[in-house]
Amino acid sequence: MINYIPREFDIVRDRERCIDCGCCVRQCGFDCHYFDDDGKTVVADSTRCVACHRCVDLCPTGALSIRKHVCDYKDNANWTPRIQQEICRQAATGGVLLSAMGNPREYPIYWDKILLNASQVTNPSIDPLREPMEIRTILGRKPEKLTAVKKGKSQTEMPPQVMLETPIMFSAMSFGSISLNAQKTLAIAAKNLGTLFNTGEGGLHPELSDWSDYAVVQVASGRFGVHKEYLNNSKFIEIKIGQGAKPGIGGHLPGEKVTVEVSNARMIPEGSDAISPAPHHDIYSIEDLRQLIWSLKQATNNEKPISVKIAAVHNIAAIASGVARAGADIVVIDGYRGGTGAAPTRIRDNVGIPIELALAAADQRLRDESIRSRVSLVAAGSFRCSSDIVKAIALGADACYVASAPLIAMGCHMCQKCNTGICNWGIATQRPELTRRLNPEIAHERVENLINAWNHEIKEIMGGMGINSVDSLRGNRLMLRGIGLSDKELEILGIKHAGE
Amino acid sequence: MKKVYAREQYCINCRLCEVYCKTNHSKSKDVVKAYKKESPSPVSRISVYGDSKASVAVNCRHCDDPACVKACIAGAMTKDKKTGIVSVNESKCIGCMTCLAVCPIGCIKISNTAVKCDLCSGEEPACVKNCPNKALVWLEVGGGAK
Amino acid sequence: MLKEGQVRIPSGCAIAAIIDKKGERINGSEIIKSIALMHDRSNGLGGGFAAYGIYPEHANDYAFHVFYDSAQSRKECEDFLFKHFNVDVSEKIPTRKTEKIGLGPDIWRYFALPNKVRMSESRLDEEEYTAQCVTHINTSIDGAFVFSSGKNMGCFKAVGYPEDVGEFYMLDQYEAYLWTAHGRFPTNTPGWWGGAHPFNILDWSIVHNGEISSYDANRRYIEQFGYKCTNQTDTEVITYLFDHLIRHHGLPIDVAADVLTAPEWDEIDNMPAEKKEYFTNLRAIYSGALVNGPFSVILGSNKGLLAINDRLKLRSLTAAVKGNRAYFASEESAIRIVCPDPDEVWSVSGSEPVFIPLELDEKEGSAK
Repeated sequence: MINYIPREFDIVRDRERCIDCGCCVRQCGFDCHYFDDDGKTVVADSTRCVACHRCVDLCPTGALSIRKHVCDYKDNANWTPRIQQEICRQAATGGVLLSAMGNPREYPIYWDKILLNASQVTNPSIDPLREPMEIRTILGRKPEKLTAVKKGKSQTEMPPQVMLETPIMFSAMSFGSISLNAQKTLAIAAKNLGTLFNTGEGGLHPELSDWSDYAVVQVASGRFGVHKEYLNNSKFIEIKIGQGAKPGIGGHLPGEKVTVEVSNARMIPEGSDAISPAPHHDIYSIEDLRQLIWSLKQATNNEKPISVKIAAVHNIAAIASGVARAGADIVVIDGYRGGTGAAPTRIRDNVGIPIELALAAADQRLRDESIRSRVSLVAAGSFRCSSDIVKAIALGADACYVASAPLIAMGCHMCQKCNTGICNWGIATQRPELTRRLNPEIAHERVENLINAWNHEIKEIMGGMGINSVDSLRGNRLMLRGIGLSDKELEILGIKHAGE
Repeated sequence: MKKVYAREQYCINCRLCEVYCKTNHSKSKDVVKAYKKESPSPVSRISVYGDSKASVAVNCRHCDDPACVKACIAGAMTKDKKTGIVSVNESKCIGCMTCLAVCPIGCIKISNTAVKCDLCSGEEPACVKNCPNKALVWLEVGGGAK
Repeated sequence: MLKEGQVRIPSGCAIAAIIDKKGERINGSEIIKSIALMHDRSNGLGGGFAAYGIYPEHANDYAFHVFYDSAQSRKECEDFLFKHFNVDVSEKIPTRKTEKIGLGPDIWRYFALPNKVRMSESRLDEEEYTAQCVTHINTSIDGAFVFSSGKNMGCFKAVGYPEDVGEFYMLDQYEAYLWTAHGRFPTNTPGWWGGAHPFNILDWSIVHNGEISSYDANRRYIEQFGYKCTNQTDTEVITYLFDHLIRHHGLPIDVAADVLTAPEWDEIDNMPAEKKEYFTNLRAIYSGALVNGPFSVILGSNKGLLAINDRLKLRSLTAAVKGNRAYFASEESAIRIVCPDPDEVWSVSGSEPVFIPLELDEKEGSAK
């Protein structure tokens, strides 16, 4: 059958350097590389290449490179090659287009249109190497006020609090969508960094029970893997209402990924598709959410904060406020660039709004309602570097969830093929020959290095602003200025334009 | 003594240990030249057995009481008392293959003479240094492999 | 050019204070002498004083000091004031002609108590009612600005050097048991009288040296609770923080000071359990009220005087005691010129606020 779509990449092999060791042959899970008929010479079929770079990075002689395959179409700004190819794919399969990772389209990235402040003369900057620089972050519902009749003694009844040593947490990625080794990597890193990882809707694998103090356990619409012990083996519980990558729809883990281990953790039959419904079928309204929050609190003896994760959609500020009032201790907002293991392409690329605007609107709304200081606000949906985090905190976030960045630290090259179940880096796969490639001993160090590096940078930036505690950065929008933004955008972000 | 241990749960069958062993035992120490230019072609002293489902790298165990040393009729195979490394003196070796026959691991190879792991003469071995997944580790005996 | 409130203007400064904890009154010339010594720390763009115990004959009335830009603004403001308060005295604040103080607003003073009927209709207590009325005038009546609204106390401020401001307001004619003073060095110059320090709401007055880097975090925190930071100054936001913590949350003054200058986590983690819990709870609940960046602040009230310094000790503040009196100033020399032989002199530490309570007899006024 004719494939109407030209291949995406060319595998270029420098024959001068190739030693035919066959490493690429054995590493490519997509079977691009193979030994020729002579059994000795390595050749490649580029049509299946996804540009994951596994072969490039492991080639001992640097003989391989991947190039974009150039096959021009007649110019058309409307019927672009991408649109035409998607039509051909649907014409061939009759199916919904599926993609993975976050929205890759050319929408504005507001982080790149916001600039940070620094102290000059009137206010000294602070050297983080000489002075303490605090990034400790405490999540959880706060009482209205401190009860203390005298200095040094608190008589306050505190709801359960979660103390993080960095404002960065690892967002939800379930065992099933990612490998156990990948989840273990995040668990080890979370413990060593003093932060939390998130089980996603995949249950907690028994091997990770040692890290339950560093786990956020998710309760999502499929209720996979949820039982009393699961809820209690956690730092806090997260009710997932929506996900930035696919607001309004549920999840789908194909049966091929449901191995024995995954089926045990999720409490579903092996090999069956794990389908999370679009809504929670016991939450059809905000008052139902309140009931679920209280049920979970009861199941955990009121010892765990409950967070509610919602996707950033049009009316986000009002929804966030409703969620806070329904009793959520932590409100998580996930922007439209947030990643996923699999989502319908049209939804991923067209539904939801940017986290920057959603966060700014929600934070302001909670303040207008005098409840911002009572609840924690966590932002998610593509934080690429430490300055993104600093800007999010200054807009009003208590903490940020990151997932794609640590995955990249582990080896992910954003080839966006998570939904195929084949991941040459051993991350988004359950095939033992592939999961083995991710050794948590190596990966946890890389992830910790990344977050430690970001922590250093956050401290450096705060020091430059003359701030020595992240508490004083939170919601400090005067530290931000927009560049090239419209009046409306500035108004929503609650910041001034550069030069003002 | 420090030896190379293989951890099959992390072996990814890339066989880069073989590539780097061969290179480290070449004249040029250059991967491309070792494979394409040098003659006689250098020999890798480590071999990966298995396939993508399960694989493991095998090299000399540097036994406490090595059968190969006992069996060597030319006195070419010796165990260094200080370092514990079992090595071949290639100028003495006559290529009779007795060592190969008695080695319980099957890790001695024959080029013109016997060729085997020399633990890169005490430095961190090339196979360990270049293993992309820490499937090979260099540990003190008794430390055991995890 | 935009004036204060339309734009945020950072400024550096000199501050000084004198308190007699037994309530013996001190002549205004003393504090003028102290602040005048630090002439070079201000640049003539703002000076001011707060004085407690100056109106014993009106001790139970709110004393409103108001700037008016025009007769029209005075009319509007007085209409509002007379409707919401029973005004006992309404007069121009006496001033002395001096070349050093340029043309400014009309300056009036009112002694008044809330209109009982309106107050009960509003369902607010007396202080909240008064505070909201003051906020209303300052945000809604163009050209009118209430710069002092406490009982038995008053602020006096203008554009100029503090010693000239003192002469202008004839402070040598006033006697107070607690004085604070301020000389201003704004880094931008709209020269607005309302922008000078002290900043005041009800009993609370603040003089402040520094530029806080947590300003917007603190502003957005406090604005959740009905405050409007119209001046956009550090002093304003710090005053509101204290007002909120002490008046609305009922915290003792030294606990409120702990909120603003909480110790670092390293320190807290090593404290004994009870203290550790206290500071951990305090920082968790009031993270938005932590003040960051260089500052030294003197908070005056009828309860006493509180001096705080930033956590890293980036701004100078010296304290001294002699008998019943305590002295504070940005520079030690400004203390020694009025108190050459103090019993004790020390530098105020970043994590240990100094609070000097007023121990007045009942008849001395509203202080408790």
